[in-house]
Amino acid sequence: MRPAFSVVFFTTATGAGYGLLALLGVLAGLGFVPPNFWLGLVSMGLALGLISAGLLLSAGHLGRPERAWRAFSQWRSSWLSREGVASVATFVPAGFFAIGWVFLGRTNGWVAVAGLLAAIGAVVTVCTTGMIYASLKPIAQWNSRFTLPGYLIFSAMSGSVLLNALLQGFAIGSTIALAGCVLLTVLGWGWKLATWRYNDGLEIPTNANTATGLAGGTVRSLEWPHTEENYLLKEMGFRIARKHKARLRQITQVLAFALPALLLIAAFALPWPYAAVLSALAAIAQFAGMLVERWLFFAEAKHTVTLYYGR
Amino acid sequence: MTNGPPRGANSAPSQRPLADTRAPDEGDGVDTSPDVSDSIAKTTCYMCACRCGIDVHIKGGKVRYINGNKDHPVNRGVLCGKGSAGIMQHYSPARLKKPLLRTGPRGSGEFREIEWEEAFSIATERLSKIRRTDPKKLAFFTGRDQSQSLTGWWASQFGTPNFAAHGGFCSVNMAAGGLYTIGGSFWEFGEPDWDNTRYFMLFGVAEDHDSNPIKIGLGKLKARGAKVVSINPCRTGYNAIADDWIGIRPGTDGLFVFALIHELLKAGRVDLDYLLRYTNAHVLIIQEPGAADDGLFARDSDGDPLAWDRVAKTPVNATDADAKPTLTGNFTIDGRRCVPVFQLIADRYLHESYSPDAVAERCGVSGDTIRRMAAELAHVAFEQAIELPVAWTDWAGRRHETIKGRPVSMHAMRGISAHSNGFHTCRAIHLLQVLLGTVDVPGGFRFKPPYPRSAPPGPKPAGKDVRPMTPLEGMPLGFVCGPDDLLVDDAGTPVRIDKAYSWDAPLAAHGLMHSVIRNAWAGDPYKIDTLMMYMSNMAWNSSMNTVETMAMLTDSDEAGNYKIPFIIYSDAYYSETVPFADLVLPDTTYLERHDCISLLDRPISHADGPGDAIRHPVVEPDRDVRPFQTVLIELGARLGLPGFVDDDGSAKYRDYADYIVNHQRTPGIGPLAGWRGKDGTLTGKGEANPDQLQRYIDNGGFWHHDFADDQRYYKMANRSYLDFAENMGFIPKAEPIVFQLYCEPIQRFRLAARGHGRVLPPETERSRIETYMDPLPFWYAPFEEAAVDTQIYPLHALTQRPMHMYHSWGSQNAWLRQITSQNRLFVHNRTAAGLGLVDDDWVWIESINGKVKGQIKLVDGVNADTVWTWNAIGKRRGSWGLKDDAAESNRGFLLNHIIGDQTSADANGRRYSNSDPVTGQAAWFDLRVRIVKCAAEEAGFTEPQFERFRQPPHFEPSPDKLSFGAEFRREREAPRS
Amino acid sequence: MTCLPAQTDKKLGLVIDLDTCVGCQACVTACKEWNTGGHMAPLTDIDPYGGDADGVWFNRVHSYEHMTEMGGRTVNFPRSCLHCETPACVTVCPTGASYKRASDGIVLVDEDKCIGCKLCSWACPYGAREFDTDVGVMKKCTLCVDRIYNDNLAEEDRVPACVAACPTSARHFGDLGDPASAISQLVAERGGVDLMPELGYHPTNKYLPPRAHTTRAASVPAPALEPVRAEGGFLGWVDRMLSH
Repeated sequence: MRPAFSVVFFTTATGAGYGLLALLGVLAGLGFVPPNFWLGLVSMGLALGLISAGLLLSAGHLGRPERAWRAFSQWRSSWLSREGVASVATFVPAGFFAIGWVFLGRTNGWVAVAGLLAAIGAVVTVCTTGMIYASLKPIAQWNSRFTLPGYLIFSAMSGSVLLNALLQGFAIGSTIALAGCVLLTVLGWGWKLATWRYNDGLEIPTNANTATGLAGGTVRSLEWPHTEENYLLKEMGFRIARKHKARLRQITQVLAFALPALLLIAAFALPWPYAAVLSALAAIAQFAGMLVERWLFFAEAKHTVTLYYGR
Repeated sequence: MTNGPPRGANSAPSQRPLADTRAPDEGDGVDTSPDVSDSIAKTTCYMCACRCGIDVHIKGGKVRYINGNKDHPVNRGVLCGKGSAGIMQHYSPARLKKPLLRTGPRGSGEFREIEWEEAFSIATERLSKIRRTDPKKLAFFTGRDQSQSLTGWWASQFGTPNFAAHGGFCSVNMAAGGLYTIGGSFWEFGEPDWDNTRYFMLFGVAEDHDSNPIKIGLGKLKARGAKVVSINPCRTGYNAIADDWIGIRPGTDGLFVFALIHELLKAGRVDLDYLLRYTNAHVLIIQEPGAADDGLFARDSDGDPLAWDRVAKTPVNATDADAKPTLTGNFTIDGRRCVPVFQLIADRYLHESYSPDAVAERCGVSGDTIRRMAAELAHVAFEQAIELPVAWTDWAGRRHETIKGRPVSMHAMRGISAHSNGFHTCRAIHLLQVLLGTVDVPGGFRFKPPYPRSAPPGPKPAGKDVRPMTPLEGMPLGFVCGPDDLLVDDAGTPVRIDKAYSWDAPLAAHGLMHSVIRNAWAGDPYKIDTLMMYMSNMAWNSSMNTVETMAMLTDSDEAGNYKIPFIIYSDAYYSETVPFADLVLPDTTYLERHDCISLLDRPISHADGPGDAIRHPVVEPDRDVRPFQTVLIELGARLGLPGFVDDDGSAKYRDYADYIVNHQRTPGIGPLAGWRGKDGTLTGKGEANPDQLQRYIDNGGFWHHDFADDQRYYKMANRSYLDFAENMGFIPKAEPIVFQLYCEPIQRFRLAARGHGRVLPPETERSRIETYMDPLPFWYAPFEEAAVDTQIYPLHALTQRPMHMYHSWGSQNAWLRQITSQNRLFVHNRTAAGLGLVDDDWVWIESINGKVKGQIKLVDGVNADTVWTWNAIGKRRGSWGLKDDAAESNRGFLLNHIIGDQTSADANGRRYSNSDPVTGQAAWFDLRVRIVKCAAEEAGFTEPQFERFRQPPHFEPSPDKLSFGAEFRREREAPRS
Repeated sequence: MTCLPAQTDKKLGLVIDLDTCVGCQACVTACKEWNTGGHMAPLTDIDPYGGDADGVWFNRVHSYEHMTEMGGRTVNFPRSCLHCETPACVTVCPTGASYKRASDGIVLVDEDKCIGCKLCSWACPYGAREFDTDVGVMKKCTLCVDRIYNDNLAEEDRVPACVAACPTSARHFGDLGDPASAISQLVAERGGVDLMPELGYHPTNKYLPPRAHTTRAASVPAPALEPVRAEGGFLGWVDRMLSH
């Protein structure tokens, strides 16, 4: 699948944003993070900013963005529609929560309810995003049990690393937060490795024989319908070289997992502001790494239509 | 429910409309009954040479869409990929807009626009001077011309013998091979009996002639479970769906066929009765080596051929229906040894050199396969013979209660004909058909009227006496019966610029358009003044040796004058040839013009009856272009050519439409056969009918006559049919047409080579004539193969046009070019592995004539010693309205660059046209190549590259986007919004 | 409404005979010319005369080489929307633009509702969806819904453009939901198959496999030829035949 920047950025940014929102909603709503106007403003601004930027960018890349509102109508069948509904719906409790926690400095009562609802909305939204991919049968690498948990884990991971960086930035970091980040990062790493391992060993029953109905033997593409690339190939015929793929997987592991984990572990041992700097670097590295991961998520996904083109 | 029986080819129960075509009440707001068209014009397609009937749907003055005419005898409602893309041909950005006069150097593309009046006066002045001095200094060659009865007649009235269309580089071997053997041939001359055949052999047919009828026929065979066998180096298109694909080595089909004949003869599986009745198998041939009549028919005092009556033991008139001629033996008549033709056939083809095992390696087909094919042919022909319960009467008055048939049919085309041994191979295929008794019988191959004609047909080529201001005594193209009919002077020098009907190509029934540019450039046999061409891309894909051809077109003498002084060209599009013209006459598209698909030319007949058709303007031209035929008629009038002016010197015809209706070639016979006579009640012969075109239009654009049941088969000897044919003017007399297995006219050339006769070949040509003018078909290695070191050039290289572009200039067509805009060289997996090549590699394709670069694609379905590519995809930058980055001029390549237009020098140092020595057919498929992987920095783009043509005045850049059809929707939806 | 109808009254679709298709592209351009002025008009062509020509086409013909132990065959393979019974391209659509008609089972796009998110093209395993970048919406085969019921066409012409054009009669049209229909019987008789059945889309269109290398292959039970066994060989045989 073509790793279009809009969709790579969208899923990465909203994943991190919803992760951060969910953590804030739960932790701050229940009072684990004390109200702090600037922290609140920055963290909620970052969470909602990432979410909004992602949503706007992806909406901007629609063929007819002015009709985007129509996407809320088909929640009964469409994960994309559900994602739209959930993402927008999440803004409501998130807004109340932001007002209560950031501007009113409250952490309990309706603010806690709003925070929890925002957290639930964020988790639901990430689930719908994951399900958009996980439900696509033509793409075996996505249509697997690894996809939905992956989206949730990466969302929690990148959200937590962001939150940790913010807390550290405001000098209210904690070893619990750091530990949680490291644990989630290691979990994310493990999950990614497991996913790759699964995908690399995938035996896909769909092949050129079943695609053409020509049983037995081999079916080899001789001529494409048109000699030049068409929409299908441009959108779904993306191929990544084996060497290139291995290199990018290494970069993903370093940037998204290994480096942040190391930085965060180092932050345990260092005082403020060094711990804050390392936490911020960890968040930045991880975000960049997750962009690479997400790029690979698309680039390594093989759509069945490529079978028709011998790709 | 549909009323009446379903019409058209696609009318199986699973291809009909729903039983109830009322729209269901879906409630989704879809307009299921949009208005489609304001009017439907029924005319004839011109996207290739098939001439299918089309329904053109017009909406708001624009062409909305085109579909097949269900009543039309050629396509019966279906339409090919080109036909449906005709809209894009019509609205092509490459269309010329106005007459052009060259201003820059020839070949640059620098022109200024001129008015038609200026164009006419330039052409008239030039041509009239030629006509007054030496008419043959006008060479008039037309390409994919469907109006040859007009263009040939125009040349004749002008007085130049230098006329031909593109047949010489297309398939004259096929036409001549058939016409000299059975008085007909494949395609326009005949077709398989698709409804009855049980075994169909397809030789060397790429994606070509004729498109829709073959496809409809293959569909029928498949539906019936008949067996389809293809003999073709490439497994594409029709060959892909064959039950048996024989991936033969190019140029060896003749050997393969002889091996089949060898097996059939050896097993006694030939139809002796058929041979005796319909062929010259029993005719006695004089066997007196050294004598002037050696190898000619033994004849009686009336000149009739003799046979030997096995009962009376005497010579007998071979046409005597009551005789009992023998087919074998040795006889002496008047002291001269004679043997029947069949004895010669048996002697030749029973020879061990034609046995399956002897030819297997050369053909790349195993002996077992050949034996199996022979057995299958024999089995179907003789064990599955069919009989139609229809009584008929033969030419001699013998009544037959049924029509007997042998359901084996064959079709062959360019893969056979485009070799230097193609003429004899074509004859070999016809010989095989005749030995099996399968010509014009149920289940076999059937003639399309006006064929069969006598073998060869009557008129001889005119041009022996070329004089100023004097028409030729006949049409420039015809059929020679011996050296006396050749167009050569006393020294043996050709009369024609293309050397047709000379010792170089004695039976050149379609001329040699592919030789004209070289000969005119070299002044061999003489210099010309003006080359006038129509609809043929001679500066690119219609020529061999493109690079040199372009150089010849632009070459000048010491004085700085072009060696070909003046070039007039008519084309509808900015092709690669237009920039080489001095005067450009812009043609219309096929939707803007009148045309006639005439029985005098290349009609649309069906085996079940003759037919002809018209084109008529269905949309108005939006630019200053004129149909070439109308221009030619006006030019004829301005020149004062006989037949084009009335007695007072005024133009005889207003335009082509006027000519179509009112011209009479011989009294009562005009371009169209239908609705003749003042009131339109006559068929075939009759006075001109002023309403004739309207009658055609009312009938869907065509006329078709259906034979009675007893006229449909054995047309060569069917009294009822022959009477009809005489009445229609197809044949001069209702006499049987005898298949010439032994071709006596060819033997006359051989005798001339031995010094007999009035017209003798120059000494240097004698051995060539002796060798190739063999009265019985034989096989020899294609010339290039014989001349080059096949170790160095181990591969055969072929081209074929893709089906969606066949005979059509598709690269400018926005839809067709999307399907194929880059051609690959297809290489067998094994061959590529041996050369260390992998898919998508860029290679140099090298022949003795040059090299060209392209990208390869590996395949399994090709003869392993053969590489091939789609032809005419590669285009020159600046032509056809294509942008500079178009794949056609960057990655597509033209194999023509490396196909020589001449043979290698012979022992006398002479180089001939790269053509069949009998007919002059261009030997495109003789090419031998090697392929070499190119250097890394050379990959990704084709070479050679040529300078970009400048664009004519007022040519706008082609659009970046096409939204064709949006206007119809807007109009449809306008009232709603 | 992107929920699928529980069942459709008819299952209209195409059957494509791979044994007969010669790959001539007739169905391809016939489809293009009808539909570019039809229900989903236009079928935009981007850069139609340049190096990156990319148009909207509802029907495309591939060619393949199918190699089995019994030999190789070149197969021409037209590909278009299969009008599946459970088309995920419909259910993934967030706007209701994609839908399956309850009456005849045709899968359509309501252009006015399409936002151009392209998800349907991801959900279609067969590559039947065609994005029109110029208009910004997804387009696809309509099974010529504006022909098959069109009162402005002669009744005999109310079939999909591709079926009407096909010169080799390799394309068939009808109600595949009615086992008694001619097209269903053709599928049964010829062993028509689904494409990618394992994905569970239940395509309506069927493909008839090539008969070469099968028991249905055309064959001639011809015994090997034997040389004439007679005195004088072949010529002796000729003499005797003639004197009978």
